[in-house]
Amino acid sequence: MATSLNELDPFLNREYKAGFVTDIETDALPAGLNEEVIRLISAKKNEPDFMLEWRLKAYRHWLTLKEPTWAKIHYPAIDYQAMVYYSAPKIKIAPKSLDEVDPILLETYEKLGISLKEQERLSGIAIDAVFDSVSVATTFKAKLMELGIIFCSFSEAVREHPELIKKYLGTVVSYTDNFFASLNAAVFSDGSFCYIPKGVRCPMELSTYFRINAASTGQFERTLIIAEEDSYVSYLEGCTAPRRDENQLHAAVVELIALDRAHIKYSTVQNWYPGDETGRGGIYNFVTKRGLCRGKASRISWTQIETGSAITWKYPSVILLGEGSVGEFYSVALTNHFQQADTGTKMIHIGSNTKSTILSKGIAAGQGQNTYRGLVKVYPKAQNVQNYTQCDSLMLSDKSGAHTFPFIEVKNPTAKIEHEATTGKISEEQLFYCRQRGLNQEEAITLIVNGFCKQVFKELPMEFAVEAQKLLSVSLEGAIG
Amino acid sequence: MNQIILDVKNLHAGINDTVILQGLNLTIRAGEVHVIMGPNGSGKSTFANLLARKENYTVHQGHIRYLEHDLLALSPEESAWLGLFLGFQYPVAIPGVTNIQFLKSALNAVRKSKGEPPLDAFDFLKLVKDKMQLLEMSEELLYRSVNDGFSGGEKKRNEILQMALLNPLLAILDETDSGLDIDALKAVANGINKERRIDGAILLITHYQRLLDYIKPDFVHVLSQGKMVKSGDKSLALELEDKGYAWLEGQ
Repeated sequence: MATSLNELDPFLNREYKAGFVTDIETDALPAGLNEEVIRLISAKKNEPDFMLEWRLKAYRHWLTLKEPTWAKIHYPAIDYQAMVYYSAPKIKIAPKSLDEVDPILLETYEKLGISLKEQERLSGIAIDAVFDSVSVATTFKAKLMELGIIFCSFSEAVREHPELIKKYLGTVVSYTDNFFASLNAAVFSDGSFCYIPKGVRCPMELSTYFRINAASTGQFERTLIIAEEDSYVSYLEGCTAPRRDENQLHAAVVELIALDRAHIKYSTVQNWYPGDETGRGGIYNFVTKRGLCRGKASRISWTQIETGSAITWKYPSVILLGEGSVGEFYSVALTNHFQQADTGTKMIHIGSNTKSTILSKGIAAGQGQNTYRGLVKVYPKAQNVQNYTQCDSLMLSDKSGAHTFPFIEVKNPTAKIEHEATTGKISEEQLFYCRQRGLNQEEAITLIVNGFCKQVFKELPMEFAVEAQKLLSVSLEGAIG
Repeated sequence: MNQIILDVKNLHAGINDTVILQGLNLTIRAGEVHVIMGPNGSGKSTFANLLARKENYTVHQGHIRYLEHDLLALSPEESAWLGLFLGFQYPVAIPGVTNIQFLKSALNAVRKSKGEPPLDAFDFLKLVKDKMQLLEMSEELLYRSVNDGFSGGEKKRNEILQMALLNPLLAILDETDSGLDIDALKAVANGINKERRIDGAILLITHYQRLLDYIKPDFVHVLSQGKMVKSGDKSLALELEDKGYAWLEGQ
């Protein structure tokens, strides 16, 4: 097995296509973190006082915290004083139309395969483009506003809709939640905000495309989505960064709130720069994502395709508070070369008749380490809870690792919890079968791995599913050995 | 005489330290149907897999020419591109990959190797449906995962469907008749007869004479302990069925 799979190395080492740097003048703060820096960030964004106060409280709390060490990931200590916390391209703030956006930025997104202009004309996807610390353009805003849907950058929401921010910010992930969430609360610079009013079914996919460009800069964005009663929204998020030898920190927070019978579908294709084949460089991705099913029969679905980042530490979770609410987590995580991923979910059942589904597919290649970590918790008063968990790992090399840490805490005897798990190597019989039919080794592996991930891919919106399959085949290059 | 498609000379081969094939000789020419019979463990499947270039076999001695190529120097996909096809005894399931996706990928990979453009979804569907009708297969099988939950008969028909699509020059069919009821056997044999190329050849591996009621062999060989111990025409298969392999060992 080992010998035949070693031959795959060349194809598993394909280029990271989003690794270029955009040369643009920036407005950046000096490296380092203190209250002065936080005041400057807040001032640059013309924030109301309540926002600055919240940031400072978060910062002071963060100073009391220690970086968590429980995850199965290893990395040299991060120097939080060596990092730049704010960097923005020098551009017109809040452009009225795409014509006012610096062409070099439009070109950057074009090179990444996202034509903002074309999107606006042709496709049914509204995009908020976040470049380093700021949102540079949001498409379809006016059209969405006709339905009462607010889709804008977080900074704009703080200025234009402070009442909504005050009401919901930090209600799902508080500024004291964890080390990285506190840091984010102190220094977050932008992100996306969506508000779907009562009874509205958002007619198009909303999406944010995050791009890290500047060197030595951390990216700290925050996304807040509120779905009022009987509303629906599907939200997509994509991310890339230049190829660099240094490690860069990305610490984001996402909060979702679903009221009665609302459904939020949140999909991520994470393709931050993963580092090179020797493990040099790459993004440290420490992200806190959590949804609150606050209303009755509400539903939150997370789908994630994690192929990038040197380190991924993320557990998109759902708090099932409303009676009969539903939480879902569908995940594909792929680690190649020296990538490490510790990812999974928490389903917290507080309300009765709540249901959750967890479907996790981990693929470990090269010397990649892939960990699923999950918690299913049922509170004493939650009657008739149901959970189904399926956790599969596929190893493509002898040096890769797949690990599973499922925690189940049930305090109510009426709960019905199912857990299934499999771990295996890619089958030589399958490879031979495909190759005998004329597929080369690379095509065969891509086909088999895509089949392995099928159940998750089918949860993605169509355009994204195609993208995810392509990304998977690129990420698999150099995966075996 | 017709062109030689496969020429195996004095083949000694095995897995790890176990030698399975011990001086096997076989020459197949265009237009011929050869049958290999033999007791369990005589090396039939090893031979078939080795021809299809499955890795982890060691060749100690001998050589195999396939057309003008040294077959032992080819990868599985290279031999497939050159028209060598193996119908598997136990076709493996590939969960999550639909049969139609698999068949189309395979056909287009072979077309690509010949510099032909890929078939689009429409043309492919028409082609595959025609072939399925011939094999009396339900179209629903196109949309299920490859061989996943297929019955024995469905798996074997699916192998012949792939043969029909890929149109190979040398089709090696490893116990394609095992586990088939009489109707399925007829459908499969009918498919093989209709889809075989005049300029190509067929190598059947089987335990049973009954397949030969439908596919007329030119040569029947008996493989025992890693080499051909007897060759003849169809009457040899009948004789074997009558007397068993022990009859040969006694000779």
